[in-house]
Amino acid sequence: MRTLHPFHGGIHPPEHKSQSTRQGIAAAPLPARLVVPLRQHNGNPARPVVAVGDHVLKGQMIGAPEGFISAAVHAPASGRVMAIEMQPIPHPSGLPDVSVVLEPDGEERWIERQAIDYRAIDPADLRNRLRDAGVVGLGGAVFPSHIKLDASGLETLVINAAECEPYITCDDMLMRERAAEVVQGIAIMQHVMAAREVLIGIEDNKPEAISAMQAACQGSGFEVVTVPTLYPSGSAKQLIKLLTGKEVPSGALAPQVGVQCFNVATAYTIHRAVNHGEPVISRIVTLTGNMEEPRNYEVLIGTPVGELVKVAKPRADTSGYLMGGPMMGLPLTDPGVPVVKATNCIIATSAELFPPPPRAMPCIRCTRCAQACPADLQPQELFWFAKAKNFAKAQEYQLFDCIECGCCNYVCPSHIPLVQFYRFAKSEIHAQERDRKASERARERHEFREFRLEREKQEKAAKHAAKAAQAAASPDGGSGDEAAAKKAAIQAAIDRAKAKKAAVTPQNVDDLPPEAQAKIDEIEERRTHARESAGQAAAVQKSDEGQGAS
Amino acid sequence: MNSPLVAEKTAVNFIMLKVLAALLPAIAAYVYFFGPAILVSIALASVTALASEAAVLHLRHYPLRVYLTDGSALVTAWLLALSIPPLAPWWLIVVGTLFAILVAKHLYGGLGNNLFNPAMVGFAALMISFPSHMTHWTAPDVLAHSHWSFAQQMDFMFGGISPADSKLDAVTMATPLDTLKTQLHLERTVAEIQSSPIFSTLSGKGTEIIALLYLLGGLFLWQQRIISWHIPASFLAAMFGLAGLFYLYDPVHYASPLFHLFAGGTMLGAFFIATDYVTSPTTPLGKLIFGAGIGVCAYVIRVLGGYPDGIAFAVLFLNSAVPLIDAYTQPRVFGHAGKWFNGRKE
Repeated sequence: MRTLHPFHGGIHPPEHKSQSTRQGIAAAPLPARLVVPLRQHNGNPARPVVAVGDHVLKGQMIGAPEGFISAAVHAPASGRVMAIEMQPIPHPSGLPDVSVVLEPDGEERWIERQAIDYRAIDPADLRNRLRDAGVVGLGGAVFPSHIKLDASGLETLVINAAECEPYITCDDMLMRERAAEVVQGIAIMQHVMAAREVLIGIEDNKPEAISAMQAACQGSGFEVVTVPTLYPSGSAKQLIKLLTGKEVPSGALAPQVGVQCFNVATAYTIHRAVNHGEPVISRIVTLTGNMEEPRNYEVLIGTPVGELVKVAKPRADTSGYLMGGPMMGLPLTDPGVPVVKATNCIIATSAELFPPPPRAMPCIRCTRCAQACPADLQPQELFWFAKAKNFAKAQEYQLFDCIECGCCNYVCPSHIPLVQFYRFAKSEIHAQERDRKASERARERHEFREFRLEREKQEKAAKHAAKAAQAAASPDGGSGDEAAAKKAAIQAAIDRAKAKKAAVTPQNVDDLPPEAQAKIDEIEERRTHARESAGQAAAVQKSDEGQGAS
Repeated sequence: MNSPLVAEKTAVNFIMLKVLAALLPAIAAYVYFFGPAILVSIALASVTALASEAAVLHLRHYPLRVYLTDGSALVTAWLLALSIPPLAPWWLIVVGTLFAILVAKHLYGGLGNNLFNPAMVGFAALMISFPSHMTHWTAPDVLAHSHWSFAQQMDFMFGGISPADSKLDAVTMATPLDTLKTQLHLERTVAEIQSSPIFSTLSGKGTEIIALLYLLGGLFLWQQRIISWHIPASFLAAMFGLAGLFYLYDPVHYASPLFHLFAGGTMLGAFFIATDYVTSPTTPLGKLIFGAGIGVCAYVIRVLGGYPDGIAFAVLFLNSAVPLIDAYTQPRVFGHAGKWFNGRKE
């Protein structure tokens, strides 16, 4: 048995996983319309490479990777491109994004699929192919995998199969049914990164998956490590600590300590892409919660959630849908949003299943949150600082090491929405940082203008003086003097500008009376939201312009 | 609606009720040894606390239902009632409770915002204002010169009327700690003093059993994960260690460390008072420092100071150091280099 290195804290929320594992994975029906967003990964959105009216084949690239951090997007079914337009997408802002709308023709005609002999080609070439196959991390972060695979001589490759969030079972079912293929995908990763050891971490509440993976790993040298069921052991840094004892330094990436971590479903898609030439056009999605027939489905990317959930028969009192798990999931505001590469689970919610939290009480400093925090933070301190808008202190207490797992929120006996406070503080700090940079740029521009005006004035004066001197018919004008005067004038202007810059002190955040806090918080939150929305809109507009230009 | 959408059922009032429940065995022993007057004290304190809390909440426009049922005022009331002599006049407990709730709790901002432990502030206010009333402890029934019925006890508490055949002195006595201190000043040895019938194996007759039951209640709270072990353990260890040093140095004039653990308010203080969330540090190392500080201060005050016991003042003293302790004992954050002890620069 491998020695585990438990991380601090963690919680045991009710699992609710058995409902959706009673039946095997089924294929979801082909929808009447597919909405494929061009931004389904971290980084730059893909650039559309089809036009409205084009006929596309299943697996055909419709969005090409743009820049270094990007990945391709493909047609999930053969059919016609109906539109390339703004469509609602699953995003916290609730704002639409550029998407390709496809009408499937039902023929399911594939592109020509070609397997790659990954041992025969250069790793760099292989990574490019994975980028073109749209392979991104399917654990939720959707970071393009080809970038993470660019690490050689790795000590440990960690495969994240913990699946610690309640309700979600897509990785569990994938391992039960397709363990051999997953292992082939892992073998490709190991080959590319020359990893010395491979550890596959699975929580002990998935015995079927564990035995399936153990059987599939026979002779491969990969080790299946059973880890105790404890949320959030599926968080990459926590899992790395648990399996290897190594802590990824704050702000750094795992390869710095010789480790890289991938989700188990990503391994599967790498296998499909390399050994079958199939890009990422579908994924396994758990449909569960307030549904009559919860089950896992293989779903085409782009399937509208509202249409997809019908197969699992949501109950009459369903109040909405949640993408992801109940701890970190995203409530969907529009049932028209499509399934994307990040969609691991759709939970139907109801007032009975997820009752609204009771009224928040004052913090009583019980430190249950600190005992539950897997990042060893002091959530109560961060809460006070966020509430008091003392953002400098919040950063000093490492607010940005918070992974927003929700453990503190879960255990708080005062029912304080702690994670919301942290999100608020983080976005405020980001906004302040943006403002600060903008004002710095403005000040620099202003200072340079002052300097330029002063210089012009001096030059003019010097010219006049020279002219006057010439007029005085003195042939030997002190050109050296003139240069020195000019230089001195410029220096004086620079000194003035410097003094001015030094006089500008950064503004501090005001302390506010606690009684007005709730109201102010609310207003601030709305303001942040509005600001985010504006930012999003601007970004979208930009990408629109880019598209027009291409 | 925002994630997380699930939460544990535990609420503030659930925690407070468990604290009250953990006090019940000791209260039962209290009734057994000293008669039912303590129940009247507790009831009086509870009613006063809830009424004053309700009045302030109303003035501050807080929702009464949620805040009045949080249980925090009851915990304050019970701890104060258990800290003062049970046959004290009714107004003493009322004044103490009012001071605790109005001044120590709500003038500081109410639940979660008070720097000092409200029950101990109430206790200290009474100790300073009415010292004679605060030292008339009831003698255990087995030792009292005369036995007052419950009705006679009530007559005394509410009307100041002693039964015709006996005075207050007949049913009260100095506590073992107090006796020890005054007698030591009379040049007697610990052994001589402890041969008096008010002393028993551990500390005082009756009181040692109550202290044992506080310990039991405290262990229950620890087992239920309501309190962590840090504060009680470092508190008791510090007091035991310091008392042990003095005892080894001069056993004729210093009582044994075990006596100090079970005498006075040590057990109540270690498990129920010093562990108050709001007024104690939040970091594990901070809790150890805080508990040890109380243990040392309490011993110094009770042995060398002028008061019969030192728990309340020690707790208040260390309460004032909590923000400082917290600031300098922040634990290392995941992924950060750092020592076990990680002081923060301002």
